[in-house]
Amino acid sequence: MKMITAIIRPHALELVRAGIQDIGISGLTVTEVKGYGRQKGHNEMYRGAEYTVNFQPKIKLELVVGDDDVAKAIEAISTSAKSGRIGDGKIFVSTLESAVRIRTGETGEAAI
Amino acid sequence: MDTLAIEVSYALDTFYFLMCTAIVMLMAAGFAMLESGLVRSKNTVEILNKNVLLYSIACLVYFVVGYNIMYPADPVNSWIPGIDFFLGEDNTTESVLAGGEGAPYYSAMADFIFQAVFAAATMSIVSGAVAERMRLWPFLVFAVFMVGFIYPVEGYWKWGGGFLDQLGFQDFAGSVVVHMAGAAAALAAVIIIGPRKGKYGKNGEVHAIPGANLPMATLGMFILWFGWFGFNGGSELKIANIEEANAVAKIFVNTNMAAAAGMVAASLLARFLFGKTDLTMTISGALAGLVSITAEPLMPSPGLALIVGAVGGIVLVFSVVLMDKMRLDDPVGAISVHGTAGIWGIFAVMFSNPDATFAGQLIGTVVTFAWMFIASFIVLSIINKFAKLRVDEEEEMEGMDISECGMSAYPEFTSDK
Repeated sequence: MKMITAIIRPHALELVRAGIQDIGISGLTVTEVKGYGRQKGHNEMYRGAEYTVNFQPKIKLELVVGDDDVAKAIEAISTSAKSGRIGDGKIFVSTLESAVRIRTGETGEAAI
Repeated sequence: MDTLAIEVSYALDTFYFLMCTAIVMLMAAGFAMLESGLVRSKNTVEILNKNVLLYSIACLVYFVVGYNIMYPADPVNSWIPGIDFFLGEDNTTESVLAGGEGAPYYSAMADFIFQAVFAAATMSIVSGAVAERMRLWPFLVFAVFMVGFIYPVEGYWKWGGGFLDQLGFQDFAGSVVVHMAGAAAALAAVIIIGPRKGKYGKNGEVHAIPGANLPMATLGMFILWFGWFGFNGGSELKIANIEEANAVAKIFVNTNMAAAAGMVAASLLARFLFGKTDLTMTISGALAGLVSITAEPLMPSPGLALIVGAVGGIVLVFSVVLMDKMRLDDPVGAISVHGTAGIWGIFAVMFSNPDATFAGQLIGTVVTFAWMFIASFIVLSIINKFAKLRVDEEEEMEGMDISECGMSAYPEFTSDK
């Protein structure tokens, strides 16, 4: 089991969701986050004074997949979230120790 | 005039006055929305509390003593008004039907309530300038003195028939008597309490502290604009004949012209100077246009009103930048909108009103400013001795909603206990 954590542009969320669904992965948790990478911030103006917005709004999505699905999940996310410009985001993959479905008590890959 | 004509005219003038009062009253909502939109969300409850409480306190204090100081039945001399309390009886039917010069042509009660909402508007100007750092109750204590004494004395000098009126100072609806007066008191408060933490850097750099809710601020601007029709239109005090009805209509047109021109001028200038169409400057520009035309909304042609408003919008933008250069922190630009544009407006009277003289306008402005600033400075300094005007540094960082009001504007993750 792997936990895939991806940071994407907010407007790419719907494309990513559809892309993941197309390859048969069910379940996705999203959080509105702010952060910066190479894109850095941008400058804004307020009543004659300039200020910098250092943290860009992004969407963090988390999904858990079986080991066999990791490659195609990464493929689906990158294809749908990619614009080719700085700020498209990143995908992190980590090993997941266990998972439990609360309703049934199933564990492991059966729970995802 | 026959009795029926007098009665109808009295009823219509009173009705018009009361409608204008209700429209001006809504400006309290305009100020509340504008100011709560231009502060950070952690100070929302506090600024709203200030706005709503100052309105009510102003009405109470003005009822108890303020109105009688501003319009004394028996003034001591042209400098010192008399002192009296509460309200007298309304006009008797006989006195109205007597007709002729000097007979009352609208209800005295209507006059009181119209003047009361003006007094509240004057105080509303202060709350925006001291936002995010002045404690709630010391502010409200100041409101008692401001509306009960400081503002009425200066109001007496002009509108109550005092010495400024006698020397020919012209201020139709209060560019100086209301707006610059409020701004002068606000300036005294801003100097005493100092800028918000983090507003100015050590090397003189200006840090923007953007407002939390610009849709709210925009709504506030439009409510104030709406209120101004009552503010300027009502100040004609009469509508019940052809000449007066035309005058009121012209005031409405001119008021709207000045606001629209002020807004467009300020937004174009901001776009040119800063490279961005800053919504907050656009909003302040409309208000500056309105303040500018308030001193004389009747005499100018609509074209001249447009120019007066446009210059008001331009003056506003430079004033906001200059205030920051002088490290005078005014989160909503109240001193620039009401003070700087008010001063422009009072001198713009000379373009259209032949009764206005440069000396008269200058003396009226200087005297009003000096009185409002010095009296406010003294009263605020005394209050500051007993109850600190400024919040502690930690409270300021946490936001005044929690320290002053014990609640948040948008509470989340709460539980019953």
